[in-house]
Amino acid sequence: MFTDRRRTLALLGLIIVLAATAVWIDLPGNPGIHIHLGPINLDRDIELRRGLDLQGGLQVLLEADLPPEETVDAGAMEATRAIIEQRVNGLGVSEPLIQLSGSKRIIVELPGIEDPERAIQTFGETGLLEFIDAGRTFLPAGTVVATTEQVAPTTPISPTVTVTPTTELGTLSPEPSLTATEAGTATPTVVITPTLPRGPEGPVYQTILTGRHLTGANMGFGELGLMEIHFQLNDEGAALFDQYSSTHVGQQMCIVLDKEIVSCARINERIPGGSVSISREGGFSEEEAESIVIRLKYGALPIPLRVETNRTVGPTLGEDSLQKSLLAGAIGLSTVTLFMLLYYRFPGVLADLALLIYASVVLALFKSIPVVLTLPGIAGFILSVGMAVDANILIFERMKEELRAGKGLRLAVEQGFSRAWPSIRDSNFSTLITCAILFWFGSYFGASVVKGFALTLGLGVIVSMFTAIIVTRTFLRLIIDLDVVKHHRWFGV
Amino acid sequence: MFDIVGKRYWYYLLSAMVVVPGLISLILFGLNFSIDFTGGSILEIQFESSSAVEPAQLKELFAEFGFGDTLVQSSQGGIFLIRSKTLDSATKVAIEDEIEQRWGSFTELRFESVGPSVGGEVQRRAYLVVAMAAAAILIYISFAFRHVTNPVRYGACAIIAMVHDILVVVGLASIFGVLHGWEVDSLFLTALLTVIGFSVHDTIVVFDRIRENSRRYAGRPIEDVVNHSIIQTLDRSINTQLTVIFTLTALLLFGGITIRNFVFTLLIGIISGTYSSIFNASPLLVEWERRPDRLIYLLSFLLPPVGLAVGLFLLLRGDRRSKPWARGSLVAAWAGVMCLGGLLLLRGLIPA
Repeated sequence: MFTDRRRTLALLGLIIVLAATAVWIDLPGNPGIHIHLGPINLDRDIELRRGLDLQGGLQVLLEADLPPEETVDAGAMEATRAIIEQRVNGLGVSEPLIQLSGSKRIIVELPGIEDPERAIQTFGETGLLEFIDAGRTFLPAGTVVATTEQVAPTTPISPTVTVTPTTELGTLSPEPSLTATEAGTATPTVVITPTLPRGPEGPVYQTILTGRHLTGANMGFGELGLMEIHFQLNDEGAALFDQYSSTHVGQQMCIVLDKEIVSCARINERIPGGSVSISREGGFSEEEAESIVIRLKYGALPIPLRVETNRTVGPTLGEDSLQKSLLAGAIGLSTVTLFMLLYYRFPGVLADLALLIYASVVLALFKSIPVVLTLPGIAGFILSVGMAVDANILIFERMKEELRAGKGLRLAVEQGFSRAWPSIRDSNFSTLITCAILFWFGSYFGASVVKGFALTLGLGVIVSMFTAIIVTRTFLRLIIDLDVVKHHRWFGV
Repeated sequence: MFDIVGKRYWYYLLSAMVVVPGLISLILFGLNFSIDFTGGSILEIQFESSSAVEPAQLKELFAEFGFGDTLVQSSQGGIFLIRSKTLDSATKVAIEDEIEQRWGSFTELRFESVGPSVGGEVQRRAYLVVAMAAAAILIYISFAFRHVTNPVRYGACAIIAMVHDILVVVGLASIFGVLHGWEVDSLFLTALLTVIGFSVHDTIVVFDRIRENSRRYAGRPIEDVVNHSIIQTLDRSINTQLTVIFTLTALLLFGGITIRNFVFTLLIGIISGTYSSIFNASPLLVEWERRPDRLIYLLSFLLPPVGLAVGLFLLLRGDRRSKPWARGSLVAAWAGVMCLGGLLLLRGLIPA
């Protein structure tokens, strides 16, 4: 008996700590966790994440725009996703979600976006390819630059700025150079891995040409059998480039993709006719050449995409839904609490206490995992409240039966729990099975509402098993040990 | 004491009265699938001046852009819901510009657009998901009840109760689709799977008690054991039902309009789930013990090929006792084919 009691007290302590932690996490304006202890750096903001249907925003399912018989290369798809992520980061949306879905689809979720049309254009179209005038500076690949984006009129322009490259020049490969050439043929198949963008710094560079002036790009071998890159320009581009190259011999021209330097080359001579080749002493490595050609060719995305589904929710509708469902949740929860109190009397109080602990633990889990909360997700949570209570009802009904059968209080409590357990376990397990299947289905085509519901209901069921059994039982044992319960009537018998 | 098992045919009748109209509507009219499953676009906009536009005018505008079969619904506060074929971004912008020019500025509340290929794929996968859930649960129940004398019976009866609940919910969706234009979307599918989960949840609670009591009262007639178990779990069933009804009703009354159909479907399905576990699943266990022929006839009626197979098998076995059973299942299968054929014929006669 004595050790039992000690265990009960230990459990009570554990429950109190757990509940306190949960409440601390739940409190609005939680500062988050910031631990800096020697090598340990932990920074974690804790806040409730609202899904698109609650705060408004945009969800787009992009699909590879290829003929159906063509297989989609997984690496290329991942590169596409990474490029889209890079572009989305440029939009300044908080908590965007960009993920692959199946073998040929990408889901993009942008909460709270103001102008969905512009956003889709920004990340869905083949990227912004530019050729810029870098003056006499060699800019290393990966440098983020600001550009004018507007092609200057066909009057001679002189370089306006010069900057010092941030990387040591000594580590760079020999400077590539530009020469006029005949068009060659080659089809690239390898993809690039884009680097993450850094904050633009330094001056604004003049854009000479953009991707729309480009008609083709490929790689091939030059006179010395070295790897070269060739690209062709349309008439307008050819004229612009002729003009530019004639006045800028010896200066640097850089290929820029989405504001990030891909490659720089020195202009060796005036280049008329629109056929350009980039060569380098010692030649390009095959990988490097392919990478540059792919970016020239596709602008940015290795795989062209089309918008397959598009869901936009305005912020007003979202906000309204959130308020309403929170109100509904509060009303539902208090009705259940009241019912338990009136029907089961004394154990009802304990069950209500367990229910409150349940609600705060689940909410704390939502905040710290974090679970993106959607409207059906809230419905799932509210529904799981009903299930949490169900476990207690099963137990209490069982206890009442045992009491009626003339058993003592302590025995009735213990048997109520142990006899109700198999049906609680089996029934909740079947709900968990459906949750798992729903979650799988929801992940498949980006139905975040379905996923959200499955996740909240599933989490709720798991936590409810803990609170309904461990928490309520600890409370009941403690009360019985204290010997304050005098009448079976307190148990509604 | 209530005699639920003794009056079971009345309860079956009540179930039939709910299920049969839904089934008929399902065969005659099918389901009203939303753009999630078929592809298409929904645009919801709110005009600043509420009386500027008529739905017909918007419909006309969409027709000018080549979207002929567009549906426009208007609701209070100048809100319009426009359903059309899949709109691409460029067309949508063009149409919105045109709307703004003709009838003044508006706010876009919601825009959803699903390509037809995704829609079809989702629909196929939805059927798969429901089938997977059912199979997984059957396996689990057979496992959980493996120590009982006839574990598969428990699983099968739980599945029958589950199919009952699916039919109630889907039939309801079909009827409401005809009457109120309700749509079957991915949220409906979510509700359906939740109902499946709950249906089995309730059934297990009652079955668990039957499992326990059949050990304790071994030798007593099965009717008594089942009835006693139902009565013992009745308080729990009603109370759990009440708490779920409380929470869902709160959501129905005070929650946003976007999930109203979802919550309503859940509510109906969960009530049906409790009903079927008490009044269908458990009495069916008795039925299986006492009059398995009736179960076979019912199955033959609902699934004629099964009836045909069972009937032929029993005939070929040729033993004296199985003859009336063979005849019964063949007749039931024939009746099933006739009913289905009649309904399909009727469906052909209904103008689209």
